Amino acid sequence: METLEKDLSRDDQFQARIDADVRIEPKDWMPDAYRKTLIRQISQHAHSEIVGMLPEGNWITRAPSLKRKAILLAKVQDEAGHGLYLYSAAETLGASRDQMLADLHSGKAKYSSIFNYPTLSWADMGCVGWLVDGAAILNQVPLCRTSYGPYARAMVRVCKEESFHQRQGFEIMQTLCAGAPVQKEMAQEALNRWWWPTLMMFGPKDSESPNTEQSMKWRIKRFTNDELRQKFVDMMVPQAEFLGLTVPDEKAQWNEARQAYDFGEVDWNEFWSVVKGNGLCNHDRLQARVQAHEEGAWVLEAALAHAAKRAAREAVAA
Amino acid sequence: MTNWGPNNKSIMSQSEWPLWEVFIRSKQGLDHKHVGSLHAADATMAVQNARDVYTRRLEGVSIWVVESTHIHASNPDEAAEFFDPAADKVYRHPTFYTVPDSIKHM
Amino acid sequence: MDHPADLQPAPAAIAHAPTVRQQLFEFVLQLADTSLVLGHRLSEWCGHGPVLEQDLAMANIALDLLGETRSLYQYAAVLEGQGRTEDDLAYLRPATAYRNPLLVEQPNGDFAHTVVRQFLFDNYHYHLLLALKDSPDAPLAGIAEKSVKEAAYHLKWSSEWLIRLGDGTAESRQRLDKALATLWRYAAELTTPTATEAALQDLGLVPDYGALAPAMQAHAAHVLAEATVPTPQFAPFAQRGGKGGQHSEHLGYLLAELQYMQRAYPGLTW
Ligand SMILES: [Fe+2]
Ligand SMILES: [Fe+2]
Ligand SMILES: [Fe+2]
Repeated sequence: METLEKDLSRDDQFQARIDADVRIEPKDWMPDAYRKTLIRQISQHAHSEIVGMLPEGNWITRAPSLKRKAILLAKVQDEAGHGLYLYSAAETLGASRDQMLADLHSGKAKYSSIFNYPTLSWADMGCVGWLVDGAAILNQVPLCRTSYGPYARAMVRVCKEESFHQRQGFEIMQTLCAGAPVQKEMAQEALNRWWWPTLMMFGPKDSESPNTEQSMKWRIKRFTNDELRQKFVDMMVPQAEFLGLTVPDEKAQWNEARQAYDFGEVDWNEFWSVVKGNGLCNHDRLQARVQAHEEGAWVLEAALAHAAKRAAREAVAA
Repeated sequence: MTNWGPNNKSIMSQSEWPLWEVFIRSKQGLDHKHVGSLHAADATMAVQNARDVYTRRLEGVSIWVVESTHIHASNPDEAAEFFDPAADKVYRHPTFYTVPDSIKHM
Repeated sequence: MDHPADLQPAPAAIAHAPTVRQQLFEFVLQLADTSLVLGHRLSEWCGHGPVLEQDLAMANIALDLLGETRSLYQYAAVLEGQGRTEDDLAYLRPATAYRNPLLVEQPNGDFAHTVVRQFLFDNYHYHLLLALKDSPDAPLAGIAEKSVKEAAYHLKWSSEWLIRLGDGTAESRQRLDKALATLWRYAAELTTPTATEAALQDLGLVPDYGALAPAMQAHAAHVLAEATVPTPQFAPFAQRGGKGGQHSEHLGYLLAELQYMQRAYPGLTW
């Protein structure tokens, strides 16, 4: 009874700190559920970054110019960095990277479904940077002020790097749209494939997102899925128009009364099906990660063994 | 071919490298500042990994790494007894004292 | 993108134009092809590295090599004077026109193969650039001066990994031995001058490879000793030909991928 009261008051104190916008730091007391939710959210985000390397990594060896090759490689490398910053943030909560990776590899942990779609043409490098990184930025900028300190700091670093990603993607689209008809067709075809999946990146509708309320209360989420989705459409439809492209949604029309774009309904069956593992690339993406991990195991062991031998030699010498 | 799945024991390796905290001096004259962490097998590798991970955009001119287990921290539960007593020592701050306007260079 | 401040070739090259200029063009092209092919190979690791930290490290090396590649092609284009661009040179020449040594086109294999390939290349590359930065040919010296700092770091990376793998576990040692046995035969080509290189060496525009050998051998001996690996016997059947356009089967596939877009959609801007 006494402990319960104590915990209750701790909970209240904790919430009061959050409400006062005081950042929570690793060794501070926090409710178990807060810790668990954060580990889930941060590791899921980290997994998305590293699985997200694969669809674009797919085109590094085929980039059409040396400049594009260098830019794309630097961009995909950044995503590895993002994954690393985020795993580090989750590690401050007591999760180990090994365990998080094990959860990814076993299918227990999720990552963003967008990366289960294939990259089929060079224009996909444009669309991924412009739309997918664009959507990621919308999701991530508010997280720079999220309540957990290490997560917020990791997101500041990530967001600084993301705007380069979006711009290089947009520049690819611009170049295609100003190019030959075959390039413009390539751009439109890619937009047709990526538009709806990027809208899905914001997650299920608010009415079907049971965790949103608690996450907003804890300030580990600062806008709802639907709010962000609307923002994204409002940003992107004019950008598509600027490029001379059409988003594949007849309902995407400016609504003067709402001062926002109306848009059609996402195919939620497709969304849930890909989340459940039935997207075209789910299997390949996961297998690529598992393979890299398993084939890397001997390298990690060798480095540890050598470090131990060297330390022993130095101890003898000293 | 690789086999994988929830019950595959090889998924859990025993070979995770130790965790290191990374501190970077962004330019000469400034302190090293904590920027994050990473994994490395030894100190040499940790410094190089830090270079490859945290200074890709000219963020630093010097790197420190410390194995995370070697960091000892104050206990947040003792924050009150640690830090609050400094709060009422206003006389330690120069602004506590009034200096006549006519006095310069103080 | 750093451009060499001055792309005007050395007076020596102009004086002997067009022969020397053509030779210098071929040499610069050979260096460019070499760093492009190796950078491309390393970029294949991106997203598949043994651990995130090393994924980033290998991408950094690949990016350095790509940067060097671009400077070299740009200079080669100036030397040629036919209005070709860096991309024309990279994307529109067939494998038989590529001048990279065989070593760098060898597939990544496992991490031990990649480390050994990188070590053999870095040991040559670093020492070459160190000497080349004093070349009387100013553009070449400028490119070398910038790249040698990168190459020094690459050599550190590959040397340390070679030591870790050699003096690590039984498995890593076995994999390293296999990689050394496979790749050592390609090392000799790096420092065996072609007729073009020999001509440029005579003019003092390119360093004498014989003079690089002691430092290279000393470094290799030190690293192998630390790795507890006996120096591989120099393969009597050392493979060469890449610098003369005679490649292994691997380069064709690499270029098919690298050049795919430019071949499928000729003449467009990306
Ligand atoms: Fe990212
Ligand atoms: Fe992201
Ligand atoms: Fe990104």
